[in-house]
Order: sequence, then C-alpha cells, then structure tokens
Amino acid sequence: MAQTPPIVAAHGIHKHFGTLHVLKGVDLMVAERELVFVIGPSGSGKSTLLRCLNRLEEPSSGSITVDGIDMLSRSTDINAARQRVGMVFQSFNLYPHMTALGNVALALRKVQGKSRAEAEARARAALDRVHLADRAGHFPGQLSGGQQQRVAIARAIALEPRVMLFDEPTSALDPELVGGVLAAMRELREDGMTMVVVSHEMGFAKAAADRVVFMADGLVVEQGPPAELFGAPRHERTRAFLGQIERH
Amino acid sequence: MTGLDRFLDSFFNLRVAVEYLPKIIDGFWLTILLAFCIILSGLAAGLALAVLRSLGIRPVNWLIIFVVDLFRALPPLVIIVLLYFGLPAAGLSISGFASAWLSLALVLMAFSEEIFWAGITAVPRGQWEAARSTGLTFAATLGHVVLPQAVRMVVPPLTNRTIAITKGTALASVVAVPEILGAAQAGVSFSFNPTPLTLGALAYVVLFFPVVILGRWIETRFAWKR
Repeated sequence: MAQTPPIVAAHGIHKHFGTLHVLKGVDLMVAERELVFVIGPSGSGKSTLLRCLNRLEEPSSGSITVDGIDMLSRSTDINAARQRVGMVFQSFNLYPHMTALGNVALALRKVQGKSRAEAEARARAALDRVHLADRAGHFPGQLSGGQQQRVAIARAIALEPRVMLFDEPTSALDPELVGGVLAAMRELREDGMTMVVVSHEMGFAKAAADRVVFMADGLVVEQGPPAELFGAPRHERTRAFLGQIERH
Repeated sequence: MTGLDRFLDSFFNLRVAVEYLPKIIDGFWLTILLAFCIILSGLAAGLALAVLRSLGIRPVNWLIIFVVDLFRALPPLVIIVLLYFGLPAAGLSISGFASAWLSLALVLMAFSEEIFWAGITAVPRGQWEAARSTGLTFAATLGHVVLPQAVRMVVPPLTNRTIAITKGTALASVVAVPEILGAAQAGVSFSFNPTPLTLGALAYVVLFFPVVILGRWIETRFAWKR
C-alpha cells in the first residue's frame, strides 16, 4: 500500500470556530482502497476533520489534497473536486421533494451534465448497488431510516468518487436498521472503495477497518490496525475511551 | 313605503342594478387586471429580493431589510396617494392604475420577501451541505434543492398575504381608477341609490371566493407526499 500515493493527504489541519480551537494540527493519510475508521469522544473534532476533507468546513490552516487535487487552493474548482469525494451524513439529508431516483440523479444531471435518460439509468444502477432499485419512485418520507441512508449512499457513489466519507452514518438509525447500512458499506468496501468512516460501530471497525484512528481534543492520539488499537492501546486516553465504550 | 320596501329599494333596486351592472362588470375586469399585475410583479420581486438576500452580502442585506421594513410599515393607501399626488409635484405624472399597481406590488414584495426568506432559512443546513457535497453550485443548490422546499413550506402564509394585499385593489378607487369599488361609488353618485355598492360587494365575492379556494387547493397540492 505504501507504493501508491495516498488518495487523501491532510497535513497540519487547524480549525478554529471563533475562540474554540477544534482541530490542533491533524495529519491524515488514506491510501487507495483503504478503510480508515476515526473514533473518539464527542467534541474530539473527528466530524470537523471529515468535513474539512471536502471543504464543507474551511480549515484555518493546513493542506489537503484529494486524488492529487489541492482542495484548499483558491484556483481549484471546488465543485468539480467534490465529485471525487462522496459524503454520507448522520441525518441522511435526502431532498424530501424528490424521489429516491431524483435524489440520486440530480447531481448527475446538474453537475455532470448528463441527459435525463442517462442520469436516470446511472441512478438506477447506483440504487441497485444498495439493493433499493425497487424503491426508485419512493419519496424519502415513504422510506425507513435505513433505506434513506442507503439512498444517500447511492447518491454519493453514483458520481463515482475516489473516496467516500461517512459521518456517523448509523447514529440516527433504530438498532434494527443499522445492519442494512453496514452491509451496504461492507459491499462498497469489497468493491474496492476508499473510505473514511467516523462512527461508533466498533464491531464494524474491528471486522472491516484497515486502520483505526483515535482522536481526542482536536489531535490524533494514536492509530493502527484495529486488532492493535482495540487489543493493546498504547495511550491512557485511548484505554479510557475504549473502556467507557465497552461498558455499554 | 314600509321599512322593508325602503331597504329593498335602496340596496336591491332592480332598475338601478340593470343600469349600472355593465359599469361594475368593467370594474370587475379592471380589478382582475390590477390584481394580476400586482401578484405577478409583487411575488416575483419578493422572491428576487429573498434570493439576493441569501447571497449574504452585508450592505445589500441591510438595504433589503430597510426597504422591506419601510413598505411593511407604510399603509398602502399612503403609498398610493403619495405616488399619485406627490410625483406630479416632482414633474413625474403617473396614472391612478400605475400608482395603485406600483404601491401594492411594493407592499406585496416586502411581505413576500420576508415570507420567502423565512422559508429559505427554515430549510435545514444539511440540505445545503448534501447538495454542495455532490458538487452542485450555490445557485444550483438554491434553485433545485432549497427553493422548492422553501416555497412549499410558505405556501399557506403566502396565499393569505397575497389575498389580503390583492383586496387592497379597492384602494385604487381613491385615485380615480374605475375598478369595482370605484365603479360602484360612481354609480351611487349618479343614481342616488346604493344598489351599485351591493353589486360591487357581490363582484368582490365572485372574484375572491375562487381565489381563496384556489389558495386552499395550492396548499394541498404542495403538501409533502408521505
């Protein structure tokens, strides 16, 4: 993996919200086809880091390249660059006035300029990958939370991104609906998608992640393969966090 | 003549009614034309201002807020009279129809801007973020994702406000526009009988009842599919 250049390379990321210093110099490298899990207590800055990667948040300083594109440069066409970075949100954020198919097809038509027929064919294929082809004509309000999140995954992968960002994709779901979303993510992974996942699904992390990054107080405390980080955490902070999680 | 006869003769005088009905009908069409002009330009201007405000250019927004608050504060009749009697003093003559149109359109613009703006700000931030994360531009996100949701949310207050302001077309009678009320009042002065006013009231019911029903239909039509 070390031979290929990283898909995501973030260096020295700082982020201030007013007087709040949320990220205090974070580095994150993600190799092609790698699944990186980011864990940490709430307020540790993990979601902010993820949102910096596609510039939904503007870092105060640092550098970020995705697939060789300087994401923070003023001369970068950010709308073109964002097509290479798919994002899935905690609250799904599907467009409620459009069908599942319309949700997936919108950017294909309006960003990639495809015809309606071509966009819808591509959207159907993306919905099929999350096993929701039969729900194409449903509105978000007619779908379960798990189905909505899978449509959101389809919306992102339809643009054929180089990396997918997941911001707590199962946190808003009822427990019985989590499995379907994790299954969709696992299939993406098996198809070779590069993924950065912020989540509390430790079971999924242990089973599927290549690397786990533990963040606290705006810094990366430690990182390593899941067996190592979960089995033998080196830092007191990591042990305390994992201890608290296991008690549940 | 009994009291009832006197009442019927005053308000339901058939001879007067027949004589002045054509004038009221002319006024009816004029009111429709005026209302149509006001609704079209007022809502379009209100939406345009709300979109402009969403760009977040601070001095522009201050100006928008000032203009909107001004026209929400001023009574429509004051604006109509000011334009009709005030502008000629500045060497700019303006017809009664134009002054009524402009005044009420400005008022509708002000109120509808606030309503559209409330709708835009009520669309969750996540909708913007989801759309922008797929590479949609600010304008495309506004046009395809945010405005369709914002407009749907504000249809009920918007139809209410539109109907309320459109009824202000009756104010145009003050500046000699022969719309429904103007025509009716003229009829009263010529016939010395208030029956034309009864016709006028009926004309307003005939005109605005369907509008109210239409508003209700739009509200159901735009509700979410669940």
